[in-house]
Amino acid sequence: MKRFEAAVIGAGPAGIVAALYLARFGVKTALLEKSAPGGLLLQTFEVENYPGFPKGVKGYELADLLSEHLQSYANLSLVIGGVTELRREGKSLMLKVDGELLEAECVIICSGVGYRKLGLPGEDRLLGKGLSHCAMCDGHFFRGQKVGVVGGGNSALEESLHLSKMVSELHLIHRRDAFRAAPLYVDRIKSAGNVVMEYNSVVTALHGDDGLEGITLKRLTTGEEEFLPVRGLFVFIGFEPVVPFLPEEIGRDDRGFIITDAEMRASIPGVFAAGDIRSKLCRQIVTAAGDGATAAHAANSYLEQGHAH
Amino acid sequence: MVKAVTDNEFEQDVLNSRIPVLVDFWAPWCGPCRAVGPVIEDLGTEYEGRVAVLKMNVDDNPATAGKYNIRSIPTMILFRDGQVVDQIVGAVSKNNLKEIIEQKVLAE
Repeated sequence: MKRFEAAVIGAGPAGIVAALYLARFGVKTALLEKSAPGGLLLQTFEVENYPGFPKGVKGYELADLLSEHLQSYANLSLVIGGVTELRREGKSLMLKVDGELLEAECVIICSGVGYRKLGLPGEDRLLGKGLSHCAMCDGHFFRGQKVGVVGGGNSALEESLHLSKMVSELHLIHRRDAFRAAPLYVDRIKSAGNVVMEYNSVVTALHGDDGLEGITLKRLTTGEEEFLPVRGLFVFIGFEPVVPFLPEEIGRDDRGFIITDAEMRASIPGVFAAGDIRSKLCRQIVTAAGDGATAAHAANSYLEQGHAH
Repeated sequence: MVKAVTDNEFEQDVLNSRIPVLVDFWAPWCGPCRAVGPVIEDLGTEYEGRVAVLKMNVDDNPATAGKYNIRSIPTMILFRDGQVVDQIVGAVSKNNLKEIIEQKVLAE
């Protein structure tokens, strides 16, 4: 069994910063990641609000830079594997990573969020076959075609702007009569030219077997339904926490996010949480990085003070 | 280095291959594809002689991506005797990919 002083779950911005700070404190640290470092940055086209990049930076470029920063620390190991269990056992925390046990004295949970689903039949089957959560990755396949986008927040409008430059017509589907995205994005999308606003509308069915062939739209004001023939539907209706491995006794808010104090301490001794997984107001790369640094400081104190939580 | 296969070479290198083939469909502008890239390189080395691991840039080779109805990348398709055995969409871990390869084309 592998033993570490600290284990960080998830290598998005929060986890990378937490691991970096722990490594610099000299703590023997494992950074656990189920696919590849970067988190949601890998699905973000352009980051315009991260300080130090006045001209903006591509999500994957920032992800590359963050992971490059981890490379020179001998006491830090990047472990590729999915965490399926976390439990306290005496003074230790035990993690199951791809079926193997890993022991740590403290754990920082940075597992982040995933895209919320529509909750419609066929959704899992059609994901990647017309249904998408990444305009940057998949927009290319709908060049010159008609597509739909669902959502009304910053993500939906930002991704729509990117998509509108390559598709023939974009139907922006939103259940309310106004967008909650920043005015900057709303103004840009309204002047895009090929964007059809589908206000007060929801998607009620997905059609297609091997690939999406169309959707049913329901008009909330009249109750009428109509078929919209789109081969691509991009869904940005918010996020939900990624927590399949969490012990039941950990304190979470009513949406499932982990509750911490100002030092990122969760309700189980030795367990900290940082980044988007944490119950908080603002989920940004810069706040994830800040959480990561704070959690690493608190975890280091916990180790130095003989596990006083 | 994993070989980059083109539309023109696809039939010979993939469909007519005597051993199973894993093709990684990717593009330079796709973040998750860049994450999968190193994994594909590792698999190419680990399975040398048993499974041919190839990559295809969908920007330069639209015909094959169209033929297999690819609408999302990264997509990895596992072929045996010219037939699709499995299609994996999205960034997955090296262990996941290894499990799929072992179970679907090497377990006999």
